[in-house]
Amino acid sequence: MSDWFFTLSHWYGDDGIVPLLLQHMAYSAVALAIAVTVAFPVGCYTGHTGKGEALLIGITNALRSLPSFGLIILLVILLAGYFESDMAFVLPCIIVLVVLALPPVALGVHAGIRSVDPNVHDAAKGIGLTPLQVLMQVELPCAIPLIISGIRSAALQIVSTATIAAYVSLGGLGRLIIDGRAANDFAQMTAGAVLVALLALVIDVFFSLSEKFVVSPGLSRRTKNP
Amino acid sequence: MTIKKRYLTLFSAAMLSVASSVWAADAGQKVIIGSADFPENQLLATIYAGALEAQNIQVEKKLNIGSREVYIPALLDGSINVIPEYSGALLSYLDAKNQAHSSEEVAAALVTKLPEKVKMLNTSTAQNSDVLAVTKKTADKYKLKTIDDLKPIAGQLVLGGPAEWKTRHEGVSGLREVYGLNFKTFKVLDVAGPLTLTALKNNQIQVADLTSTTPEIKKDHLVALDDPKHLFAAQNIVPIVAVSTLNPTIESTLNKISAQLTTEDLIAMNEQLAEFTSIDDVAQQWLTKHGLSK
Repeated sequence: MSDWFFTLSHWYGDDGIVPLLLQHMAYSAVALAIAVTVAFPVGCYTGHTGKGEALLIGITNALRSLPSFGLIILLVILLAGYFESDMAFVLPCIIVLVVLALPPVALGVHAGIRSVDPNVHDAAKGIGLTPLQVLMQVELPCAIPLIISGIRSAALQIVSTATIAAYVSLGGLGRLIIDGRAANDFAQMTAGAVLVALLALVIDVFFSLSEKFVVSPGLSRRTKNP
Repeated sequence: MTIKKRYLTLFSAAMLSVASSVWAADAGQKVIIGSADFPENQLLATIYAGALEAQNIQVEKKLNIGSREVYIPALLDGSINVIPEYSGALLSYLDAKNQAHSSEEVAAALVTKLPEKVKMLNTSTAQNSDVLAVTKKTADKYKLKTIDDLKPIAGQLVLGGPAEWKTRHEGVSGLREVYGLNFKTFKVLDVAGPLTLTALKNNQIQVADLTSTTPEIKKDHLVALDDPKHLFAAQNIVPIVAVSTLNPTIESTLNKISAQLTTEDLIAMNEQLAEFTSIDDVAQQWLTKHGLSK
């Protein structure tokens, strides 16, 4: 199988690793950005006010149970009539990935804000901050570890599931898996699977490193002076 | 549970499993019927299974295996014993350069090219060949009747088909070599299924690989282009059976099915499947109609 990686056409050709990898990351990045844009305000609202927690949990559970594979095919068949170009395939793919990512992000933000010490919240109100200032200046910075963990989980799920884009004729690393299976080319299929796993690993490491730079030192007890 | 009871339970369970495995071995050899990953082939395998069960042969179905590149090795290594095949496509898989194209030529060539471990039974007159199809609008716009007519405009058109067309001779490379067609791009969808049909009707692809028994060709007024250079050879339905499993009952039953199966049957049954009748029901109806069920 390592021979497969040493053939140059497999890297830069039509279905080469480099173009497929870039497409894969593009679909994932767009889906993650949309999911965070939608879920972040929702999580902030339910976390800060405490209202709607049951509704949020109910909706996220329902979204989690949707089968991505079935959903993407259903959306392609429903939406193909409205688009003449590749959008008929790209839009369902992005929708499915966004739906997949909404629960972890929303719950991460919600849990993060809810987990802020009530004393801290009280102190902030005590010094006269408005509710919005409390949210932006106190609760969100304290909640960042859980928020990042939510986004990290969403990113991993998106990267792994973006392989289904290949089933509806798009690119991405799933292309190697599906074409390899149809042509009975195990080397190609395994290479695709290994690459997806490696990409997920790299994204995971990236997020865990980013925590170091984004989380306030006081929260993670990294300050030397107490 | 007391110790005594526990040992007694374990002992009787062990005895039962030994007894049942001995009993199952005595019940005779099991025939494993496989199929490709599209409904028509699953239907044919179910029909074979039903007819063999009616002859009191024990059958196990392993449907929806995958493309030919996956299930033929499975047939050769004993994972499955019977597969309903299409003569021309199988011949192309075994011998890509073969020039046979009529039903008789293909059948004769296939007999010589099949490996020793498997045998082909009688071919049926029922055929289901690959066709290149376009919408009526595209056909009228470019005056398309045969695949040759695509040559001047192929560069502007998108072709859609299954993933195996990327590497198969009866696919992208064959269209390029035999007809000189270089399409703008090739989109991987499914085997003449809902994704390909939706994409063709909504113009994400302009030319699609369909099968001649796809009911939507008639229903949606699609145009199946003629194949004058015979890239897609005759595709008669033929059962391929592992020699180790073959016996006179299996041979005569499957030959009876092949003799009574027609292309019109396939089209009608595919229409029923498209309306969500279950594969088992459709197969049972056909078997009962032809007196081959229990």
